[in-house]
Amino acid sequence: MASSLRRIGKLELFASRFESSTSNSSSGGTWLRGLSTTTINEERLIPHSQETGNKPINLFSAINQALHIALETDSRAYVFGEDVGFGGVFRCTSGLSDRFGKQRVFNTPLCEQGIVGFAIGLAAMGNRAIAEIQFADYIFPAFDQIVNEAAKFRYRSGNQFNCGGLTIRAPYGAVGHGGHYHSQSPEAFFCHVPGIKVVIPRSPREAKGLLLSSIRDPNPVVFFEPKWLYRLAVEEVPENDYMLPLSEAEVIREGSDITLVGWGAQLSVMEQACVEAEKDGISCELIDLKTLLPWDKETIESSVNKTGRLLVSHEAPITGGFGAEISASIIERCFLRLEAPVARVCGLDTPFPLVFEPFYLPTKNKILDAIKYTVNY
Amino acid sequence: MAIWFSRSRKIAHFLKPKIAPSEFLYKICSNYANSSSFRTLGGENCRNPQVFSDYSTTILAFRRRWWRPESTRAGEQVETPYSDDDYEDENQALDFPGGRVTFTPEMKFISEASDKRIPCYRVLGDDGHPISGSRYEQVDKETAVKMYKSMVILQIMDNIFYEAQRQGRISFYLTSLGEEAINIATAAALTLDDVILPQYREPGILLWRGFTLQEFANQCFGNNADYGKGRQMPIHYGSNKHNFFTISSPIATQLPQAAGVAYSLKMDKKEACVVAFTGDGGTSEGDFHAGLNFAAVLEAPVLFICRNNGWAISTPTSEQFRSDGVVVKGQAYGIRSIRVDGNDALAVYSTIRAAREMVIREQKPILVEALSYRVGHHSTSDDSTKYRPINEIEYWKTARNPLARFQKWVHKNGWWTDDDESELRGSIRKQLLTAIQVAEKTEKPPLAEMFSDVYSHLPSNLHEQEKSLRETIKRHRQDYPTDVPV
Repeated sequence: MASSLRRIGKLELFASRFESSTSNSSSGGTWLRGLSTTTINEERLIPHSQETGNKPINLFSAINQALHIALETDSRAYVFGEDVGFGGVFRCTSGLSDRFGKQRVFNTPLCEQGIVGFAIGLAAMGNRAIAEIQFADYIFPAFDQIVNEAAKFRYRSGNQFNCGGLTIRAPYGAVGHGGHYHSQSPEAFFCHVPGIKVVIPRSPREAKGLLLSSIRDPNPVVFFEPKWLYRLAVEEVPENDYMLPLSEAEVIREGSDITLVGWGAQLSVMEQACVEAEKDGISCELIDLKTLLPWDKETIESSVNKTGRLLVSHEAPITGGFGAEISASIIERCFLRLEAPVARVCGLDTPFPLVFEPFYLPTKNKILDAIKYTVNY
Repeated sequence: MAIWFSRSRKIAHFLKPKIAPSEFLYKICSNYANSSSFRTLGGENCRNPQVFSDYSTTILAFRRRWWRPESTRAGEQVETPYSDDDYEDENQALDFPGGRVTFTPEMKFISEASDKRIPCYRVLGDDGHPISGSRYEQVDKETAVKMYKSMVILQIMDNIFYEAQRQGRISFYLTSLGEEAINIATAAALTLDDVILPQYREPGILLWRGFTLQEFANQCFGNNADYGKGRQMPIHYGSNKHNFFTISSPIATQLPQAAGVAYSLKMDKKEACVVAFTGDGGTSEGDFHAGLNFAAVLEAPVLFICRNNGWAISTPTSEQFRSDGVVVKGQAYGIRSIRVDGNDALAVYSTIRAAREMVIREQKPILVEALSYRVGHHSTSDDSTKYRPINEIEYWKTARNPLARFQKWVHKNGWWTDDDESELRGSIRKQLLTAIQVAEKTEKPPLAEMFSDVYSHLPSNLHEQEKSLRETIKRHRQDYPTDVPV
C-alpha cells in the first residue's frame, strides 16, 4: 500500500486534471503561481520575512521543516505513527529520528485507534503529541478516540484535563491512482465534532505555518495534508519559525462577480477555473477556508455580500459534505443579497473510483460551467 | 530482536548459510521495520549492522567472523564465505525477527487452552485466615484499618446513592458492590503519583485518595461544585488533584491512552506508573488490543487491571471470550500477567504492590486479572435478576463477600471491633445523607458553562449560539429548568 504510493511520480493523471499545467508538470508547481502570490500580510504573520531565508520547497518538505521546528522548539514534542521512524511513506518525517532521537520520533504498531489513543494520553500529560495517520482513508478505526475522547476531553472534565497538545496529521485526497482507499477526503465527518479543529493547507508555505499553529494550538487538531501536492506544489517557504492563524479564511484572489470557496488541493483546480472564467469576463473571488472547524463565516459572508454569488467545491462526496454547511450558513446570512442559488461542485456520491477518477472529481470545467451558470442565472 | 541476540547462545544456528547474513538482515529489517520497540526506542537502527555491537561479545565474535570489517551497511555482503560446520544446523532453526525459531518435523497445533485453568493467587481463606504457605505483603494496622473502613464507606455510599436514584433524586447510579476489595486494595498498594485511568467501577480509588463524600455527591447531582460542571451523567468522576482521569462511558478507550500517559511518565523519569482499568467485557474491544500492544511495544509502565466480574451488563464471560479468562491474553502481547482473587483484599494488595514495583523498575506493562463478581446490577438501568440466577448473586454476596473476609482478618488481628463497625456505619450514613442534602441544594452550574471548555477559547459560532439561546430563553422561560442560572 505504502510503497505503491511512494512512487507517485506519474503526473499524467494529475496533468489531465490541471490541464494548463501539462507541459510543465515535471517541474511541478507552475499552476500554483496564482496561489503562491498570496495576499498574506507578511509582516504580521511571518516575522523576519525580510530575511533571505525563503527557498522554493515542496509541500512534504515544508511539513518536514515544521516538524523539525516543532521538535526543536519544544522538548515535550513527539512525532510518531506507522513507519514514521524511517521518514514516513511520504517522507514528511525524514531526518527527524536521527536528529531528535528514537524516543521522540518513533514507529508505532499498525493500529490507528492505538496511535490516536496513545497520542491523547501523551497530550494529556502536557506534551505535544504529533501523530501521523498514514492515509486519511485509514483514520476511521481512530474515529471513536477522536470523537468520544479527544474532542470531549476538556469539556467532560470541566477543564481539569485536556489533550490540547494533540495534532493528528493525515494525507488526504485524490492522487490520480489511489482508488477507494488512498483518495478519500473525510473532513466532513470531523467537522461534526465540537471540540476539535480541522485544518487543511493549500500550499507549502501554508502547510508549514498552519501546521505549526495546529501543533501549538491548545486544542486537538486534525490536520489533513493534500497528498497530491506533497511533491508537486513548490513555492518559496520562509525557513524560520512562523505560524499562520487558525479559523481565519483568506481571500487569495479578489473578484466581483462570484465568490468561490474551497480548501486544500481543490483550490488549485478552482484557481484554474477562475483564470478561464476571467477570459469570459467573469471576475471571481477565491477564498481559502483553511480551517473548517471552527470556520470563518465572516470572511465568506462579506465576500458574498460583495459578489452576490457563491460556489463551494470539494473532493468529498456532495451529500453531507462541508459545502452543504457553508451553503446553508451563507444563505442564512446573505439570503437577500444572493442573486443565484449557491453552487456546489463536489465529488459524486459514490465510493472514490479508480478508473473513473477523472469523472468523479470536481474538475476545472465542471467548476467553470457552474460559475457561468451561476453568474448567468 | 536485539534482546534476542543478547540471549542467543548458539549463534551458529542463527543464519541460513546460503543467504548472506547482512543481506538477509537487511531484508527482514526492512520488512519489519516497526516490529520491535527496543530497536525503535533504544536508539538502535535496524538497517545498520552496527546496532548489534552493543550486545553480547558472542555477537561481536560472530560479526567479526561473518562480516568483513569494512562492512558498514547491510545488504552489501552477498559474497561472504561460510564455513562448512554451519551447514549441519541449516534446517534446525530459522532466523526470524523477534528471535530464533527452531524447526520441528512434527506437525503440532498449539492447543486452544492449557489442560488446567490458570490458578488464582489467594492469601485469605474464607475464614479470614491466611491460607498455609501463602506469601504476601505485610499490611500494618493503620493501613489495614483504613482499607477496611474504606471498603465499608464505599459500600454504604453505593447503597445510599443507589437509593437516591431510586427516589428520583439523581438520574443514574452504578455501584461497585462486590468489587470493594479490588477498588480499595489496589488504591492502598499505589502511591498518589500513580496516574489512574479508570473505567467506571473504581470510585474506591478516589475515595482512598481523599475525594470526599461531598465531592462524590456533587458530581452525582451535577451541581455547581461538580468539577465536571454538570456535563456528564452521575458516577463520571474525575479529579486532577487526585491523579484520577475523568471517566468516560465508552469502553476500553482509556487503555491506549494509558500507554501514552505512561510513555510521558517514562520520558520524565517519574517513579510512578499508570494504572488502567477495564472489565471482562472491555477485553473484547479493539482498544484493549491497542492498549496492551502499544504499552508492550513502546515499553510503557502501565499496570492494566481487568476486573473480571463475570458479567458485561447481561453478557456472561462465556459469551464474551473463549480463552481462559483474561490473564492468558497477556502472554500473546509479551506482557507478564497474573490472576488474583479480587475478593481477597490481601491478595490484591500484595499483587498490586509487586506488580507496581516491577512495572516501574522494568518500565514495562503488566496485566492483572482480578476475579470477582458484580453483585449489583450493571447500573440503575437494568435488573440483573432478569438475566442471571438470584442464588448466584446471593452466593457471591454472602459466601464470597470481600468485606466479610477482610473483616474476619482485621478482627482476628484485634484491630477492629463490632463497636468500631457500628460507629463507623452510623457516622458514614449520617455524613452521606448530609452530603446528599447539601449537593441537592447547591445550585446547578450557570448556563455559560454549557459553552465553555468545548475549546480553550469560545469560538464565534458558540458565542453566537449562546446569544441566540439566551434570547430564546427570554421568550420561553417556561421551557427551561429553573435551577440552572441563566
